[in-house]
Amino acid sequence: MLNIEPNLANPDAFYEALIDMHRELTTEQSHLVNAKLVLLLANHIGDVSVLHDAMRRARDSEAQP
Amino acid sequence: MDVNHPAQTFDYVRSADQDSPVAALHPVVIVGAGPVGLTLAIDLAKKGIPVVVLDDDHRLSTGSRAICFAKRTLEIFDRLGIGERCVNKGVSWNVGKVFLREQLLYEFNLLPERNHQRPAFINLQQYYVEAFLNDAARAESNVDLRWKNKVVGVTQGDESVTLSVDTPDGIHSINARYVVACDGARSPIRGFIGQESKGQVFRDRFLIADVKMTAPFPTERWFWFDPPFHPNQSVLLHKQPDDVWRIDFQLGWDADPELEKRPENVLPRVRALLGADTAFELEWVSVYTFACMRMEKFRHGRVLFAGDSAHGVSPFGARGANSGIQDADNLGWKLAAVVNGAAPDALIDSYCAEREFAADENIMNSTRSTDFITPKSEVSKLFRNAVLELARDHPFARRIVNSGRLSMPSTYADSPLSTPGDDTSFNKGVALGAPAVDAPVQVDGRHCWFLSLIGKTFTVVQLIDANTLKITIVGADQRENQTVFAEPSGDWKHRYSERVGTTYLFRPDQHVCARWHTYDEQSIQRAVNRALGKNAQ
Repeated sequence: MLNIEPNLANPDAFYEALIDMHRELTTEQSHLVNAKLVLLLANHIGDVSVLHDAMRRARDSEAQP
Repeated sequence: MDVNHPAQTFDYVRSADQDSPVAALHPVVIVGAGPVGLTLAIDLAKKGIPVVVLDDDHRLSTGSRAICFAKRTLEIFDRLGIGERCVNKGVSWNVGKVFLREQLLYEFNLLPERNHQRPAFINLQQYYVEAFLNDAARAESNVDLRWKNKVVGVTQGDESVTLSVDTPDGIHSINARYVVACDGARSPIRGFIGQESKGQVFRDRFLIADVKMTAPFPTERWFWFDPPFHPNQSVLLHKQPDDVWRIDFQLGWDADPELEKRPENVLPRVRALLGADTAFELEWVSVYTFACMRMEKFRHGRVLFAGDSAHGVSPFGARGANSGIQDADNLGWKLAAVVNGAAPDALIDSYCAEREFAADENIMNSTRSTDFITPKSEVSKLFRNAVLELARDHPFARRIVNSGRLSMPSTYADSPLSTPGDDTSFNKGVALGAPAVDAPVQVDGRHCWFLSLIGKTFTVVQLIDANTLKITIVGADQRENQTVFAEPSGDWKHRYSERVGTTYLFRPDQHVCARWHTYDEQSIQRAVNRALGKNAQ
């Protein structure tokens, strides 16, 4: 079950770190870094039903107008 | 002489059928004398069925083609009597290395579980396998091999199929109760009956080069993503017998196959890989594309399809020839039982159910490998490269790297031929529908392999006490049963069961079709009948 309730102790600090991760990278490099991040987190989560749920939510919100 | 096998040719011989005023009727005619057709022919012959094999050519295949023969295939070949020759001639390897650009990402060791007779796989040029199968087929008086016999027409009747066969002496007709089309990816038989194989064609081309050299490269499988000597593409290097190395270069869709095959274009690619100082000779070059596809049904009336005619996969994972040989293994005993009158015609439908399922499994695996090796979109390539870059320092990512998942036999989990029995209460062992697993046993104090004791027909294996296996080869009736007693090794008990009373029933293709905790004669008889398609419930 994918947790969609608040789970980050400090959301602002997380967001800052996420943006910082991309500092001084070209867009191409940033895409690669994002892809690696997805893979690292997916392996950490492990539970494929949680991952499918997250994939579906990510994709559905993109498809909305 | 093994060395001459690639050049071996076979003479056309006029058959009595060509002089017969009425078309002869044969129980089984196989079209295509490749690895699949010959495997089936030998298996049927050993089961007492006379079989005619028609081939439009008169020589073995050229070039290495299928080179990787998996453990299950070798076990099937053992029953046909050529397993040992293949293993002795073949190259066994365990270590694989994966490179990204100039860097070694990681290496893996596929060292198989100990105490199996056969290795996980061997590399061996297809022409050797065909040559060994040919020798075995010619030793069977039940096999009638007819070279330069090209099928030019197929007519289906209720009781038989009529084939028009073109030969150097002209066209004649023969009839068969069953025809098995093992005539390859472009199957003319498939075309004659108006069927097609459908699926996904991959827009990519690969160059294969067989290179002879004595350079001290290790006996390992090397796979490069984006190597400096062949940028933006993949390359695979494999060792074969006779100092022949197989190199597969990905070329991309825009490459011109005729141009790429020319030695002046191939040599620089090979030199870039091997280094300028390595002496080598080019033995064979080919450019191929591939598709993952299959026929919707492997049976059309009395015509059956096996191997590449029925299904095609990408070469990544060695699933082409290996799955075709498993098709033949699945079909052989069923066709023999039907022709002998021991089973109803409907048993053959289970061949389709089981092998169509297996084809889907193979297609799924080889499609996944293909999508990793040759990504089809920007984002697919992005994730592929992300996986590769993580793989060097992150063990989890190595498991995602997919340079081909090597062929494993299918488990027919939902087969109509299986009897549930006590299967669900086994907490280990060989599952219902799975092929038997090898292990050492002793017979009369002498070491032997478990697989060599089972599978000529239905076989019941019962652990009657901690040190004794009772192995019963089931005959046409009980008086013909043959019994062997064997002492199981620790590996056998670990792989099957330690519990006294455990009883396994194996089909003639060595797949498990029932298992119980206790021996019961009636349950066994019912399970055999069900596996023969007599009382499917």
